[in-house]
Amino acid sequence: MADPTGTRRKLTPQGLLGSRALRYASATLLLAVVCACAFVMNGRSGEAVSAATALPAPSLNVQPTAGPEAQLSRTLHEVGNRRLDAAASEIDKAIRDYPNFRLAHLIKGDLLLARVQPLTTVGNAAGAPMDRLEELRAEARARLARIQSQRPVNLVPRSVLQLEPGQRNVLVVDTARSTLYVFENRDGEARYVTDYYVSIGKNGIDKVRQGDNKTPLGVYHVTGRLSRDKLNRTYGKLAEQYGVGALPINYPNELDRREGRDGHGIWLHGVPFDTYSRPPLASNGCIALTNEDFTTLAGEIQIGLTPVIIANGVDWVTPGAGLALRKELAQRVESWRRDWENREMDGYLAHYAVGFTTGRKDLARWSAQKHKVNAGKTWIRVRLEGISIFLYPGRDDLAMVTFDQDYASSNLVHQMRKRQYWIREDGVWRILQEGAA
Amino acid sequence: MLLPTLRSVALVGGITAALLATVPAAAQGDALKEANQLFKQGQFDRALERVDTHLKANPKDARGRFLKGLILAEQRKPDDAIKVFTELTQEYPELPEPYNNLAVLYASRGQYEQARVALEMAIRTHPSYATAHENLGDIYAKMASQAYDKALQLEKGNAPLQTKLNLIKELFPASAPAAKPAAARPESVKLAVAAPAQKPAAPAAPPQAKAPAPAAKPAAAKSAPAKPVAKPSANPDEVLSAVNQWAKAWSENDVPGYFAHYASDFKTPNGESRGDWEAQRKARIAKPRNIQVDVESPKIVFSESGRVTVTFRQHYRSDALSVSSTKTLVMVRSGEKWLIQQERVGS
Repeated sequence: MADPTGTRRKLTPQGLLGSRALRYASATLLLAVVCACAFVMNGRSGEAVSAATALPAPSLNVQPTAGPEAQLSRTLHEVGNRRLDAAASEIDKAIRDYPNFRLAHLIKGDLLLARVQPLTTVGNAAGAPMDRLEELRAEARARLARIQSQRPVNLVPRSVLQLEPGQRNVLVVDTARSTLYVFENRDGEARYVTDYYVSIGKNGIDKVRQGDNKTPLGVYHVTGRLSRDKLNRTYGKLAEQYGVGALPINYPNELDRREGRDGHGIWLHGVPFDTYSRPPLASNGCIALTNEDFTTLAGEIQIGLTPVIIANGVDWVTPGAGLALRKELAQRVESWRRDWENREMDGYLAHYAVGFTTGRKDLARWSAQKHKVNAGKTWIRVRLEGISIFLYPGRDDLAMVTFDQDYASSNLVHQMRKRQYWIREDGVWRILQEGAA
Repeated sequence: MLLPTLRSVALVGGITAALLATVPAAAQGDALKEANQLFKQGQFDRALERVDTHLKANPKDARGRFLKGLILAEQRKPDDAIKVFTELTQEYPELPEPYNNLAVLYASRGQYEQARVALEMAIRTHPSYATAHENLGDIYAKMASQAYDKALQLEKGNAPLQTKLNLIKELFPASAPAAKPAAARPESVKLAVAAPAQKPAAPAAPPQAKAPAPAAKPAAAKSAPAKPVAKPSANPDEVLSAVNQWAKAWSENDVPGYFAHYASDFKTPNGESRGDWEAQRKARIAKPRNIQVDVESPKIVFSESGRVTVTFRQHYRSDALSVSSTKTLVMVRSGEKWLIQQERVGS
């Protein structure tokens, strides 16, 4: 639904309260469901979209036409038109296509019960365990918000400043919207491809400690691929929770460790086979996709290369908006490289922040060592290739830069993949941390 | 069990009016009367024999075939019963009762979708057919409950709705249909008449169905309980009075008065919460319709535990529906009052 003003399609009261008599008197009360949904949607969308709508040229809305959320959307649309039979037929289609889609069963139950009694909420199952009902309601809210949300067709996440040529995709998880966006790399810039509903840690975000059941926020990379067979061999029955497979990421990264965060085993993975999807807050900190979506996604992943940005709310900007910052950072990196190559030790060391660390060394010890090592060299040549640059989500002053470094000197040849965290101190970008990627 | 049992119906006034003309009056023979009687007595094999005799002479007689369907259902031959009622729906698509009973049989086998379709057919033929509406409500509620169980991954075993075949027996009308005005469905009869003469006989049939006389006083439980095994301390008259008051409150759409007859630990029929149960009852009782609930032949049994079990025939009439059934109330004493702790259909 094209909507250049950024206003959302809503189930308006006008649409609900018509003059035509309802076939079932009690069905009027189904409106309660829709009203509840609409309320939820509105309440949710208000905050979630403000960033996008505030932009000068917000992208158009791409309403998904297939998939369970499109079917949910059509179901609620029919309810809004007071066509319960059509709504029931839509939800039946969803259940036929996704037999383990629990939320669809819940809404089917509501549609049936609406013919019998007033409905007060989504999920009117009397005597059912409240926690499970609440989980499904949370999924309903998350998915309904997704139904109504705009797709960032002509927008990019502010964090993605530059992709390297070898990177096919970048994944961006917005934990606030239970959504994983897939962008493809088009000439170093991100272009929206698709997005998926995801579940995150049952205790939410900002992982600090092992076992806190939270999902970390930051910039990561996929580090491996675990098939279900492999998971079965390693975890036995526990492998069930991962569904079709898993893609580990490198939490905790160098920055997490620097900040004292611990824990491990943060993955993207599927869901148990007995369910189509899981509630928004469900995992031990991992990011869970439906098995269908995971399988599609896993086909696009490049081990060691595909970035995974996890953010609590994504800043969407127009594609050119990050250009200045990208140039500035690229120049700083180039300046660092040149000073190194020219053995300008003072200039070179000035690129490092006061709080710099590498491994167990701090700036002073490391500087002394660098002076010593470089004094014995008659020439140095440094080539950098495949540079990617990401702004850390939620931070204006912190960037992750990764590249292949080809180093040669009069007495040493060394090739490595290096990752640096740059921080802006007093308006100047400096290296806070560096090491092998 | 999650839901109240479905109401099946016997052949009442509407069908009689519509079909009497299809069978020569003389053929409304003794065999059918006897079959009726035997059916009421629970002698199903003999009833079947008699009804078959009747049908041999009158193979197309709808009332006989309807009774045969009921007997087969009682004999737990749902397939055969379904066949009988299905044929009736095909030959008399304007009659809601065969659809309704078909639905009850489908529901008893857990085939809710077929049950729903059958009930919607019944309602299509008679939009004001309250029994089908209520049954449809129960079917929807049952299907909703199934959907919720799937949504929440609950293992409830999902026992199919039971038909309560004894209810059919109780529902079957007194053998002389003309004696008791079959109060139900005045509108539906009107509709049947209004329908263009598919059955030319129908308009000619005397309008047997008439609106329930609001004046009809409760045949209020003629005191004298059958055989009260009364404990000396317990007074059966008090119990009886409580039951009659309860029926009165119900008849007068007096929702608070009705609820006041239920003990605080009342065991709701389907294990639902008290609040849910009250909401459901309230919706049905408070509807502005003319309700008459009569209590007939109450039988009171006192138990050692201080509870008392009252079994009686409950005659429920509203402007849309007339149902008789056996009702059992388990009551407990609370101060000066007898309150209902359990309520069930059947004895």
